[in-house]
Amino acid sequence: MSHDPWNPKLTRRTVLKGAAMAAAWQLAPRGLSRAFAAEPVKIGFDDTLTGTYAANGKNTLIGCQLAVDQINASGGILGQPAQLLVEDSTSGDAGTAVQKARKLIDRDRVSFLIGNVNSALSLAIGQVSNEKGILHVVPGGHTDAVTGANCHWNVFRVCNTTQMEAAAVSAELIKAGKRWYYITPDYAYGHTLQDGLEKEAQKLGGIKAGADLAPLGTADYSSYLIKAQAANPDVIVFLTQGADMVNALKQAVQFGLEKRFHLAGAQQELEALEGLPPEARVGTWVFEWYWKQPNVPHLDEFVGLIRKKTGKVPTARTWQGFASVWSCALAARSAKSLDGVKMAKAMEGMKLPPEVGLMPDPPFYRPGDHQLMPTLYVGRAQAQGSEPEDLFKVTRFLKGTDIAAPVEQTGCRLSWPHT
Amino acid sequence: MTQLVLFNAFNGLVVGAFYALMALGLSLILNLSGVINFAHGGFLAIAAYLAYSLIPRVGFWGGLVIAPLLTAVLGLVVERLLIRRLYGRDPLYSLLLTFGLAYVFEDATRFLWGAQTLPYPVPPSLTTPVSATFFFLTGYRVFMVLLVAVVVTALFFVLARTRLGIRIRAGTQDLETVSVLGINVRVLRNLNFGLGVYLAGLAGVLAAGMLGLEPTIGSSLIMPSFVAIIVGGLGSLPGTLLGGLLIGVASGVTTVFFPSASEAVIYVMMAAVLLVRPHGLLGTAGRTA
Amino acid sequence: MSWLERHAPAIILPALLVTMPWWMAAAGGYTELASRIVILGLAAMALNFLLGFTGVLSFGHAAYFGLGGYGAAMTLRYLVPSSAVAILVGVVAGTVAAAIIGALIVKLRGVYFAMVTIAFGQVFYFVAFRWNRVTGGDDGLTGWSRLPLRARPLTLDIQRNDLAFYFFVLALFGLSVAAMGLLLRSPFGRTLLAIRENERRARFLGIPVERHVWLSFVISALFASLAGALFALLNNFIDPRALRWDQSGNFVIMAVLGGMRSFWGPLLGAGIFVVLQDFISTRTQNWMSFVGAFFVVIVLFFPRGVLGFLRRRVAV
Repeated sequence: MSHDPWNPKLTRRTVLKGAAMAAAWQLAPRGLSRAFAAEPVKIGFDDTLTGTYAANGKNTLIGCQLAVDQINASGGILGQPAQLLVEDSTSGDAGTAVQKARKLIDRDRVSFLIGNVNSALSLAIGQVSNEKGILHVVPGGHTDAVTGANCHWNVFRVCNTTQMEAAAVSAELIKAGKRWYYITPDYAYGHTLQDGLEKEAQKLGGIKAGADLAPLGTADYSSYLIKAQAANPDVIVFLTQGADMVNALKQAVQFGLEKRFHLAGAQQELEALEGLPPEARVGTWVFEWYWKQPNVPHLDEFVGLIRKKTGKVPTARTWQGFASVWSCALAARSAKSLDGVKMAKAMEGMKLPPEVGLMPDPPFYRPGDHQLMPTLYVGRAQAQGSEPEDLFKVTRFLKGTDIAAPVEQTGCRLSWPHT
Repeated sequence: MTQLVLFNAFNGLVVGAFYALMALGLSLILNLSGVINFAHGGFLAIAAYLAYSLIPRVGFWGGLVIAPLLTAVLGLVVERLLIRRLYGRDPLYSLLLTFGLAYVFEDATRFLWGAQTLPYPVPPSLTTPVSATFFFLTGYRVFMVLLVAVVVTALFFVLARTRLGIRIRAGTQDLETVSVLGINVRVLRNLNFGLGVYLAGLAGVLAAGMLGLEPTIGSSLIMPSFVAIIVGGLGSLPGTLLGGLLIGVASGVTTVFFPSASEAVIYVMMAAVLLVRPHGLLGTAGRTA
Repeated sequence: MSWLERHAPAIILPALLVTMPWWMAAAGGYTELASRIVILGLAAMALNFLLGFTGVLSFGHAAYFGLGGYGAAMTLRYLVPSSAVAILVGVVAGTVAAAIIGALIVKLRGVYFAMVTIAFGQVFYFVAFRWNRVTGGDDGLTGWSRLPLRARPLTLDIQRNDLAFYFFVLALFGLSVAAMGLLLRSPFGRTLLAIRENERRARFLGIPVERHVWLSFVISALFASLAGALFALLNNFIDPRALRWDQSGNFVIMAVLGGMRSFWGPLLGAGIFVVLQDFISTRTQNWMSFVGAFFVVIVLFFPRGVLGFLRRRVAV
């Protein structure tokens, strides 16, 4: 073989040798080196660790890992150690998410599946877990269908539905005025959230001043903001999420719109507020969980533990991961079995204990649709509170049970396998 | 309604200027070296992150000046070590290599700075609108347009009047003859790549002021850049500039009537242009790659 | 080269494919991964029919792949509970679309052609995204699954039996590949090669270049849409991202990775792409660096792709 003229030392042969070694390392099945003591109970994590939702997925993972540590410190699951198997579903590729779900279930034999941040991927993975009868907890995929039209007996969800978020924030927004202008991300979550808000607004006498659907991943919101301004509303409602939220708010504040209109929206997250410059941390929002709540037992410990692990405070995503994994362990302990159906039945109506719930009232899974009934936090974003990471001022706590639509209205019909 | 359309068209020019800046860098590299630089967005992101890290020490303006230069140096290194070996081969290989490079860049930024969106500070002097009616013209956007105008003018000046520029233009037309004339083509390509990456870096630092700074900031901007180049016509830098502006305006005006199509419209526009003028608006017939 | 060298891939590869579920599982994989490789390999080979053998780059093949997927998914969801009909609808949808679009764009060349194919792909993406009452929009189309194949009195349970599905996919793959291979060996195929090598000369020889390019485009899209339909059946799910340009980009990457100038190269490329991503992403969150570095290394050290390297000095 001829010498590579540019780089005599690094020939193809060397590369091949290196590749062969790397391949041998790759092909070794996972866990080969671990000493086999007790057969662990495996929990599969199939969530977004790269791409647009990477930050959310990583925070969810941190919560999951803490939960696993705590579970093992308290006797494991049915006497066996719990093990978290982590897979990256990527932020948008459903094929990969489904493939990883199958890998976790078929090859790695997990007893539980956790995932996803992305609504579409949650639905796709939910079909796989349902097909295989594996207990599946969705920590952060918000589309209503997960516990609505596409609900399954084995799927439970921790985060809120759009209906709950809409109901939570409307009463606060109407105080700012009747005319609302919506800037909505153009996908199912955005549509249902806008529909929900419009319905709630109507009940309270609100009017739709206008609405625009923005493609996901829109970088420049100036056109939308120009239109919003022209409609002269009282409130501009931003339903965008993640990077879209950061872009939209950043630009809105640069245009000085927060001085002329009330800026608000439904769901807001600490990840987004942290990404905004301080002057853009404005508006009225709903949080699904917040790290600074007075009089909630065990919360400070949890915050302390996460701070020690990562140097930052936990976000709602962290808690969602934490609660999801703990829910699995609790379901197994309650059912005294790892059988999917038994655990699912045990999880219906299950209340999260204070160390896990970390909310003013204990959240529980509603039997009819497997949706968690938590507390919702309505409040205002702030540039900086008592601490540099205190970016949200909670003004109202709302109970999920008070504002969630009844099961009949969600479109969920659970059908259990014949046992 | 007309005011809305006008405002949006005007704003579209502002946004288009930004697209043009990024597309110009890409176009330079494509024209001279035949390299499809899929890592352009990655360079953009790296420059933005470098600026973010530098700002505490050198301030916003220091970041704006230094970060693109550092990124251009990275571009020079990348060209020397990696891209150089691809000349003369099918441009698809440069596509695959830069695609791989884009993966590495995205992962590196996520690894070094975290997946979390970072708050990029913009000096207050720039964040106020210039007038109440034209509220969407913030000082920052005006500054951006001016900067792009200056840079584009400087670029065209360099290409028209300086030795380097003339050589680049000559090389775009006939690299073999240029080499026969005794000009060091290797250095020429190297500097050209660096220049293209510099423009990407500048676009990145500007973008960070308007958008959230996170590892995928470059990947959403790369397709519109390619579209701008195609609409304007391959081989024509004025075409790329025009293409960028047209995309911005088309997207802005579409938002008035059919906002959810504001992203798809640039592709429709591109297809329409190509069906009528197969070489783009200002492209030279005969150039297809 | 000798008969053996020339036909080695045609002997070894089918043998490997037929036994893949077993050696794949032993190496730490799983049957579904094997199915995925074969399906994406089919898509990459379909693209390469156009790219490697006709010399025309399409960057929008995901449009036909996705149309195949949506055709199949929507059939199973709304129309007929039959996997076979679903696949047929998917293939027809993708092929007809390609026939129409191809006719419009066949006069373009080079990067322009490639970009315009992206444009159409993005339009389909947009439609799939917006028409969410029918397509499920961004959430994707769920609530259906592939159904067992029934041809009385036999039943092939491709729904629950992963192995059965794999061999079903492999069978269709085999038929497609055989068809493509025969076409490439025929005078038609030789004409395509001539066009690839020197289009102007082909034109001077009186060959109707546009018509050949159009046919190649349509054939390539036909097999791509078949791959798309199978992809939907594999996941029991389809979403607009299957139509997007980055999916197209993946197919191009696979073809180049495996070797554009060889028939089986893209299959190898698909295999490497899928397996690499799957294995490495299990082991580290920083898998993108490794995969990216891998691509860079391949381009620098294996100029004709992996299969090209394995073939060493011999041109196909």
